[in-house]
Amino acid sequence: MNHVNAHTVLIVAAVLFVLGLIGTLTRKNVIFMLISVEVMLNAAGLAFVAAGAKWQQPDGQVMFLFILAMAAAEVSIGLALVLQIQHQNKTLDVGDLRALRDEDINE
Amino acid sequence: MHQYLYLIPALPLLGFLILSLAGRHLSRSVIAWVGAGSVCTAALITMGLGIGFLQTPPANGVYTQLLWNWFSVNRLSVSVSLSVDALSLIFIFIITFVGALIHIYSTAFMQNDRDYARFFASMNLFVCSMLILVMADNLVLLYLGWEGVGLCSYLLIGFWYETPANCHAANKAFFITRIGDTAMAVGLFFLFKEIGTLQIPQILIEVPQHFANGANNGTLIAILLLAGGIGKSAQLPLQTWLPDAMAGPSPVSALIHAATMVTAGVYLIARLHVLFEFSPLAMSIIAVIGALTLFMAGCSAMVQTDIKRILAYSTISQIGYMFLALGIGAWSAAIFHFFTHAFFKALLFLAAGAVIESLHHEHNIFKMGGLKNSMRTVFLTFLAGAASLAALPLVTAGFFSKDPILWYAWSAENGNAFLWLLAIAGAFITAFYSTRLMLVVFWGEMKTQITERPGKRMVLPLIILAVIAVAGGFIEWPHNLMHLTLFSEQVQKVLPAVVLKENLPSEFIFQGIAVLVTLGGVYMAYVLYYQEKVTLEKWRQSPAMLSIRNFLLHGWAFDELYDTVFVQPFLFITRINKKDIFDQLYNGIAQLNVTLSRLLSITQNGSLRWYIAGVLIGILFIITMQLL
Amino acid sequence: MILVWIIALLLIGGLLSWFAAQWNKHLAKWIALGCTVAGLILVSWLCMHYKDAAPAGSTWFIDYKTNWIPAFGIGFHLALDGLSLVLLLLTFFLGTLAVLCSWTEIKEKQGFYFFNLLWTLAGICGVFVAMDLFLFYFFWEVMLVPMYFLISIWGDTNRRYASYKFFIFTQAGGLLMLLSILALYFIHAQQTGIYSFDYFDLLHTAPEAATAKWIMMGFLIAFIIKLPVVPFHNWLPDAHSEAPTAGSLILAGLLLKTGAYGIIRFVITLFPQQAQEIAWWAMLFAAIGIIYGAFLAFAQTDLKRLIAYTSVSHMGFVLLGVFAFNEIAMQGVVLQIITHGISTGALFVMAGALKERLHTRDINQMGGLWAAMPTMGGVALVFTMASLGLPVLGNFIAEFLVLIGAFSANATLTVIATLGLIFSAFYALRMMQKVFFGPAKPVSPIKDMSAREMLMMAALTISIIVLGLFPQPVMDVVRGVVQNLVAMKK
Repeated sequence: MNHVNAHTVLIVAAVLFVLGLIGTLTRKNVIFMLISVEVMLNAAGLAFVAAGAKWQQPDGQVMFLFILAMAAAEVSIGLALVLQIQHQNKTLDVGDLRALRDEDINE
Repeated sequence: MHQYLYLIPALPLLGFLILSLAGRHLSRSVIAWVGAGSVCTAALITMGLGIGFLQTPPANGVYTQLLWNWFSVNRLSVSVSLSVDALSLIFIFIITFVGALIHIYSTAFMQNDRDYARFFASMNLFVCSMLILVMADNLVLLYLGWEGVGLCSYLLIGFWYETPANCHAANKAFFITRIGDTAMAVGLFFLFKEIGTLQIPQILIEVPQHFANGANNGTLIAILLLAGGIGKSAQLPLQTWLPDAMAGPSPVSALIHAATMVTAGVYLIARLHVLFEFSPLAMSIIAVIGALTLFMAGCSAMVQTDIKRILAYSTISQIGYMFLALGIGAWSAAIFHFFTHAFFKALLFLAAGAVIESLHHEHNIFKMGGLKNSMRTVFLTFLAGAASLAALPLVTAGFFSKDPILWYAWSAENGNAFLWLLAIAGAFITAFYSTRLMLVVFWGEMKTQITERPGKRMVLPLIILAVIAVAGGFIEWPHNLMHLTLFSEQVQKVLPAVVLKENLPSEFIFQGIAVLVTLGGVYMAYVLYYQEKVTLEKWRQSPAMLSIRNFLLHGWAFDELYDTVFVQPFLFITRINKKDIFDQLYNGIAQLNVTLSRLLSITQNGSLRWYIAGVLIGILFIITMQLL
Repeated sequence: MILVWIIALLLIGGLLSWFAAQWNKHLAKWIALGCTVAGLILVSWLCMHYKDAAPAGSTWFIDYKTNWIPAFGIGFHLALDGLSLVLLLLTFFLGTLAVLCSWTEIKEKQGFYFFNLLWTLAGICGVFVAMDLFLFYFFWEVMLVPMYFLISIWGDTNRRYASYKFFIFTQAGGLLMLLSILALYFIHAQQTGIYSFDYFDLLHTAPEAATAKWIMMGFLIAFIIKLPVVPFHNWLPDAHSEAPTAGSLILAGLLLKTGAYGIIRFVITLFPQQAQEIAWWAMLFAAIGIIYGAFLAFAQTDLKRLIAYTSVSHMGFVLLGVFAFNEIAMQGVVLQIITHGISTGALFVMAGALKERLHTRDINQMGGLWAAMPTMGGVALVFTMASLGLPVLGNFIAEFLVLIGAFSANATLTVIATLGLIFSAFYALRMMQKVFFGPAKPVSPIKDMSAREMLMMAALTISIIVLGLFPQPVMDVVRGVVQNLVAMKK
């Protein structure tokens, strides 16, 4: 197994993170946004693993397990919310979901 | 006797209370009995008091009665206590006696008025306040009476409140006198600061000591108090309210705006004579104001067409004589003129009221005429009053009171030719307009039908007043004619005697001039208004004469002047600031907040992506800050 | 202990009438009336018995103290002296009238209304007797919040605006006062090591001159907003004109007086030195306020707004008198507080009665009402005359004493203030003329005063006349306090 440079892995992680970020920002569909968020989480996890490998410490992998668990929880709640949104609004387009917009205070 | 002193003002007060609280449930005759009865009883008590005073004068010339301590703080201690000396007694006598006659007259005059009770309630309250004014032994109580009469004057001028003009006149009277009153209040504050007391006897004692050297503050105080007197007595420059005040019923004009209230200023100055004597400047101001007022108001009286306005201007003019006399130090002459004036002017107003009432509320003298035979009694009494006003020599009270003033205007230490000339011109003018009034109203042809005739209750007071207007002067004669000075003997117990110049010409010369001038005035009116009415017609055509006439008719355009200088600017300021400029300031602050909030709420648009971008920018910002 | 009972009476009465209204609407007002009348009787009893019972050398008739939050040095300290006593009497007198004048006017949520009314009164009573600054601040807020509800729920058309404005102005002042109280608290702790909010402890605190000045300004601004003094007066016309009648009555008659009370009790006793330094400015603002308020009152066409601006003008006399620092003026101030409460209260009650009948506050819509309602006209005349300072009525004595006292302190400013007497005549007579005189407007026949209104007006009229003719008893009650205040001036 070739020795992979930690730098390279970190760069990959950064690229993944930016891709995920761009996905969150540009996607209209909530499901795709969730997927992009997953990508970002995994990018962070990759960075942890790389860092753990670099310093020869188990902490990185422990953190990754945490992230994995958290991501699973997040996705389950997120998908539940997505289902509800689909039920109530018949759309998954975030552009149409603006119920939290500030009303004009003088109305 | 003097333990019943309080009854004199208390009786009218009681009348007021009964009439104001229960007046609407009482029958007219009960109201009349209560209203007139209270004042008549007070008059009777006053007579008793007066007789007692003359027979056995009190030790120090004063009756006093302490009712209760009003308030006392620190060194300011004011009590409600009455005191009556010769000067007060003269005023009390006039107020109650003339007041009683006018009340009796009013019971008939106001017979058909809807607010019979309100009228007598106000009249009684007036009499009470006026009595307190002249009986007060300290200036705060005097001020109480002073404001009280102002209130009653306001209520009675605006008695027929449905007409806006009457309300306007009432307000005007209150406002203008209030200006004087406020100056007077400041005068009281100043006096208290300087002397530390507001008790009149103490003031009279302390003033000479306090202002012994350098009386600048004394002069200032005197002028401030004088301003109060000027306002109440309708003297220049606060005279404009009195002609308008004629909007009230005629008995009101007779009592308040002729006999009593308008002479309150005279009383005030006489009461505090020591203070004024210490200030030559204030004395000169009083004299000059009096002289100018008597002349200017007299000129206006010459051209008026409303019978009551003629009398109003004449009142201003006659009070001008009183002020003139006060200003030259002829104290007792001033008080004597007040005394006779109260009778003949009340008489004139009451008689004018009878005429107006008979002619169906006609005020314009040129629509009257020829009443000489059809209203015999009114004519004769009116004649007595007008003759007294014109000061026909020897046969009228007016002569005996006015002649000394004319003489002292020249001969008193403070008198001079200027004052005398104005006074003598005033005498001519007075004679002129009195005669004009008589001729136009009672001679010539009848122009308006008589609708009703005055009843007994109206005629009786007229006759009594007419008798006094003719004979009242015999108690005080000029020194060169006869040594009978019953009146000034009493007055000089309180007020000092007049100081004359040295090396004077004979008094007869001045009397002669005065008599000639008076007769000249009568003759001129006779010529113009009876013999050759053509001249008058010719004058009416000439624009110059007409503009002079209008100028005088409107009282030397003082109303217009004040309107432009004071009233309009005040109204303008209040109008533009109606919304309160500070409110705009606070609304501005509120608006600013609203605007800022709007700006911020743009970011709160509900778009998820917008928020994420916001978070991102925030993070980048923080990281950048960290790196830097 | 009696002071606690007085306040508790109102607080409990308020809750009771709220709950009672759930099952019987009319019970609420009877409970409220009962509470205020009981309080009035209690305070009158106090007046008779504690007047001469003051411990020798002290002006405090009652002093009640117990711990509240000892950890922070907060005590439940109530005390009563002559000044507090007359103000309590005024509070219950006007409080009773406030309940009476809401009798038919309030038709919705009566229970909650009387709850708020009584709690406001409780707050006011508390303010007048609290001798612990924290407690004082607490009561200051207690009177504010229910008042806010009174305006915003039962007010007129523009009530939301008015109630916000009222709340924000007063709260801004309250905040400054809180800061000042805390500053004083900590400085006191620094100097003595004892943490205490107690008035009598803090009296002896002497911060540095510069600091003291700022702390004083905090108190002063809170109080002059309440008083109010131009230019902090803008909440007043709106609040007064939009509030229900009882609200206006309490605002004008009592709430403004808490400002005056605060200045007397706290500003000039805690900071005598600094107060004297700003005396000239305070008197200047007072004089400006007197004239400015009168000018604005003259211009108004809304009857209640007009009366509200007269308050601005009259309260100027209070400020003028307080900062004249002499006994005569100070006595005048106390009398002005009482007489203004009565006379302006009466005018508001009258305006409320007119509103009930004519459904308008616009004086241009009125006119010639004397013919239809002579009794009310007569009463209105009495109180407009009181407003313009006619002798015989209490206001005259108050203004006269203030002015004559202030004259020796500063003649020029006093003369300017005295001009207010002229302008007061302008607005007072204009009001009288527009409403009661002039040609009668063709309106449907209106009734003169009812028996309930007569009772209220008779009480007010008699008290204003009695105060005008026999003011000495009141002056005797507060003499000790006033002399102590004046003695502060060195």
